[in-house]
Amino acid sequence: MIAARWLRWETMLAVVLVAEFVLFSFVSPYFLDVNTLSDATFNFTERALVALPLALLIIAGEIDISVAAIIALASVAMGLGAERGVGTAGLLGIGLGTGLVAGCINGALVTFGRVPSIVATIGTMTLFRGAAYAVLGDRVLKDYPASFAAFGQGYAAGPVSIELALFASFALVFWLFLHKTRWGRAIFAIGANPRASRFAGLAVDRYRFALFALTGLFSGLASVLLTSRLGSTRPSIAQGWELEIVSLVILGGVSVWGGKGGIVGVVLAALVFGLITFGLGLMNIPGIVMSIFTGALLIIVVAVPAWLDRHEHC
Amino acid sequence: MKARTLLGETARRDLAIAGLTLALFAGVTVAFPGFAAADNLAALVDDTAILVLLALGQMLVILVRGIDLSVAANLALCGMLAARFNVAYPAAGVLPAVGVAVVAGTALGAFNGLLVWKLRLPPIVVTLGTMSIYRGVIYPLSGGAWVNENEMTRAFLDLPRARLLGLTLLSWIAIAFVALFIAGMRRTRTARALYAAGGNPAAAAYSGIDAGAMQFRAYTICGAIAGLCGYLWVARFAVAYTDIALGFELQVIAACLIGGVAIAGGAGSATGVALGCLFLGIIRSSLPLVGISAFWQMFINGLVIVAAVLLSARQRKHLKTILEVRA
Repeated sequence: MIAARWLRWETMLAVVLVAEFVLFSFVSPYFLDVNTLSDATFNFTERALVALPLALLIIAGEIDISVAAIIALASVAMGLGAERGVGTAGLLGIGLGTGLVAGCINGALVTFGRVPSIVATIGTMTLFRGAAYAVLGDRVLKDYPASFAAFGQGYAAGPVSIELALFASFALVFWLFLHKTRWGRAIFAIGANPRASRFAGLAVDRYRFALFALTGLFSGLASVLLTSRLGSTRPSIAQGWELEIVSLVILGGVSVWGGKGGIVGVVLAALVFGLITFGLGLMNIPGIVMSIFTGALLIIVVAVPAWLDRHEHC
Repeated sequence: MKARTLLGETARRDLAIAGLTLALFAGVTVAFPGFAAADNLAALVDDTAILVLLALGQMLVILVRGIDLSVAANLALCGMLAARFNVAYPAAGVLPAVGVAVVAGTALGAFNGLLVWKLRLPPIVVTLGTMSIYRGVIYPLSGGAWVNENEMTRAFLDLPRARLLGLTLLSWIAIAFVALFIAGMRRTRTARALYAAGGNPAAAAYSGIDAGAMQFRAYTICGAIAGLCGYLWVARFAVAYTDIALGFELQVIAACLIGGVAIAGGAGSATGVALGCLFLGIIRSSLPLVGISAFWQMFINGLVIVAAVLLSARQRKHLKTILEVRA
């Protein structure tokens, strides 16, 4: 019964996706073109990559709103490395490492510190973004080696960018992990009832810590891709992305109360979201106005299932 | 019995934050004697006043297990409305413009509250969403343009700066609100219901308190204060644009957490919150004295938040209630 409901949610997303395709190809003659569509994927792949581990984290009943700040911190770390002449492989290591460490800090606060994850990550979000500002001030870092640009600007095959290829492969890995392994089932169990999971012998805190670390690591990866694509670092990089990434996950049908959700929905939501942003861009709608849509979308996707739930019970 | 231990705990926390703030103040004053000069202190209070007002509103929301991330966006939107009202109807005077801001803020806060109450949506998701909507609406509303000092009337700009007994009217408003909250949080039924609804919603329901309705009230009051602060902010800094007070909600939440408001709900005091704001204010105004760039402010806030939540998570452990039902 629950499976049927979430299937319906995913069907809805697919319908919206098709509708967007039809709408935007009517609105703009440039839309239905392989190169345009390939360009469009850059709108969401970085955010969607972070949405994958964040989906697991939210299913496990936690949340991380420091992801965008981790992206900024990792970007600053890479920028400083590049300034000192670190090569491309080293920069990749710095980016991923910074993300991983930041994620471990979140995990430690929640598991060892017993701080609720919302508050813990509000704190670390301020801390990480603050560190980025403290180190960089109003400077811009852009001494990246030429080969570093490949991550965010390169293509894996034909019109498929490296970013898109990465996202597609990780989406598959996360799908297998969440839906086909016992670790995935454990994540659902922990989200549905952490106390019962403890009594059933699951190392709940170990899962939580690992998921925070994983989310940090993928924020680091997103930072590598974004920094490589932009070719420069400012402390305000990825500002406000936490909202969009959390929206993506919830739009994908993951319950904010934990215990429910799936990777297919998150992937579809990423496509829906990416196309909306890109399509509105084609229609020359400024970014700040798009944030009205993002915000409204976030509330509507949480409100609709809540409203349906209440009416089913009546 | 329960209430007594809770009160004792709150008093202890207030004392701790008072000691901490005093120690910080003493430390800065010893290093820089000029810091304790009367006009510097007046400036400190003036600088902290808007933070205090917003933090008091935020406290109510956190008390009932909510959080309002949209306060800064609400402030910016209401500030823009007040400024544009003033530009459009300069003859109407200041008070109607303030009224516009407060009414708009109340409506925006009530909208948050309604979503949390009637649809039982998680507060963090609701206010993340409305934060983005409220901020986004400013752009089409203003056409992306700034409202500058020379467009607004003198009276509109000067009101918060009027001086009474050495302090600005803005400072006095904050002081009045702190006094009102200290008295109100102890003596009114609504405040008791707020603590009860946040401390243990299930038990509150058995005693006839609708926890959802209390959340709605808290959000509405918080929104009204944010609206008022919208006017105050625009008048004080003499400019209104899309990005004013961007990210300020985090400072507000930080001030609450430092002030001992428990994020799990049900515990916190106006005294603690005011002291928490003062603590942040002293740090902010002493940074340039110590020669640390203003860019460090956010990092220090982050450190303080993390430290405060770690400590409060430790303290709250033994308060776990038996009757607790997940809301």
